[in-house]
Amino acid sequence: MIVVIDYDTGNVRNVKNALDYLGVENTLSADPQTILSASGIILPGVGAFAKAMDALKERNLIDVIKQAAKNGIPILGICLGMQLLFDYSLEFGKTKGLSLIDGSVVQIPNDVGVKVPHMGWDKNEVVSDDPMGIPFANQFTYFVHSFYVKTAQANVIAKVDYGVEIPSIVRKNNVIGVQFHPEKSGRIGLAGLEKFKELILDADYSRD
Amino acid sequence: MLAKRIIPCLDVDHGRVKKGINFADLVDVGDPAEIASAYERQGADELVFLDITATEEKRKAIVDTIAQVAKKVFMPLTVGGGISSVADMKKLLKAGADKVSINSSAVSDPQLITEGAEKFGAQCIVLAIDAKWNAETNQYDVYVNGGRKNTGLDAIKWAKKGVSLGAGELLVTSMDKDGTKDGYDLNLYSQICSAVSVPVIASGGAGKLADFDEVFQKTNVDGALAASVFHYGELTISDVKNELKRNKVVVR
Repeated sequence: MIVVIDYDTGNVRNVKNALDYLGVENTLSADPQTILSASGIILPGVGAFAKAMDALKERNLIDVIKQAAKNGIPILGICLGMQLLFDYSLEFGKTKGLSLIDGSVVQIPNDVGVKVPHMGWDKNEVVSDDPMGIPFANQFTYFVHSFYVKTAQANVIAKVDYGVEIPSIVRKNNVIGVQFHPEKSGRIGLAGLEKFKELILDADYSRD
Repeated sequence: MLAKRIIPCLDVDHGRVKKGINFADLVDVGDPAEIASAYERQGADELVFLDITATEEKRKAIVDTIAQVAKKVFMPLTVGGGISSVADMKKLLKAGADKVSINSSAVSDPQLITEGAEKFGAQCIVLAIDAKWNAETNQYDVYVNGGRKNTGLDAIKWAKKGVSLGAGELLVTSMDKDGTKDGYDLNLYSQICSAVSVPVIASGGAGKLADFDEVFQKTNVDGALAASVFHYGELTISDVKNELKRNKVVVR
C-alpha cells in the first residue's frame, strides 16, 4: 500500500487520481502508524516551504517521515515535497527541511533571461543509470516552481536546463524526489509513478 | 528550455461541451472527460475549460466536470467563467483544476487577484483579458461580460497591474481576431510580452498551421490557445506540433 501523505498542502487529490488510474493500491493519510507500515510513501506539496514544514510539524510527521526513511521505505517527494527532503530552504528566510538528502533549496535566478516561476513542460536530461531515470530520458514533464535544489552531482538522476541547471530527479538510497509533477505529466508521468511502484516491489524483496 | 504550449479550449455549459466535436474516436461528443482524453492523445499540453453556464445555480456542475476530467486526464487544467470569489477558486482547485482564470470579476474587484495568489500561489491565478483595438484612442481596450462591455481600461496597463497584484499568467484574447481565422494579433502580444514577465497565452484568430508558427516566431508568448480549429477537426494538435518542430520551435 502506497500512502500519500495528506497534510493540507497543495492538491493531493491529483496524485491519488493518478495512482487510482494506474490501479496502484493507495490511501491518503496523515496517521503515523499508517505511514510507518506503508510499502511506499509519496510526499506531495505545492506552495511555500515554511508553511509545509509547519503543517508536517503540527501533525507530528517530521520524525515519522525520518523514521520511515531510516526503515528503508521508498519515499517519493513531488515538487515542494521533493524540496522538503533537503536540509534547508532560503524561501522567505531560512527554514529547516527533513535532511534526508544533503543540499539546499534556493531561488531560480531571474537575471538569466528566463521567466520565473519555471512553469510548463521542460525536457529532462538523464545523467545517471538509476532505474528511476529510465522513463524520463529526453522526455518533457510539467514543472511549476520558483525555487530549486542544489545538491551533490551524485544525488542527481536527471536535470533540466533553465538558465541554471535544475535537478529534476534526485535520489539518495530509498529517498527519491521529482521537481516536476508526474501526476500532471501525461503518460510519461504515469510511467514514472509505475517505476516508483516497481522500486517498492524490489525494496520489499530486499527487506524479506 | 520550456516547450511552447498548445492549448485547446472547451466551452462547457452545465457539464456538457458545446459546439459538436468531430473526432472519429469519440462516442459521446458532449462529454468533457472524453473530449479531454482525446485531446490528451493528440498531444495537448494543457486544457482550458470555459464555463458558459448562464445561470448561477447551475454553475456548480463545472466542479463535478473538473473532478471527472481529473480522474482520467493527467495534464494541467485551467478553469474560467463565473469565478468571483476565493471560495469559487478553492472548490475548483480542490476538484483537480491547477489554475483558475478570472476576467470580469478581476476588473470589478482587482483585490481578488491578490487574495487568490496569496491563498493558492500566483501560479494558480490566471488573469484573462479580452482586448480590442480602439483606433480613436490608440490603445487596446479591456472588455468584460463576455465582450459586451468596454471598460475603457488600457489592456497593456491592466496586464501590468494584474501581474503586480499577483496574477501568475495572462490569457489574452484578441476580440479583433477572435473568430476570423486570420492569425493571432501579433502587435497585441508583442506589447503584452514586453510589458510583463509572467507567461502569456495568445488566444483568438488561429485558422491554419502557419498562424501558430507565426505567433511563436514573432512574439514571446508561451502558449497558443485555440478552440474551433481543433473542435471541428480542421487541424489536429499533432499537425500543429509537427509544423512547429519543422520550424525549430521547441514543443513537447
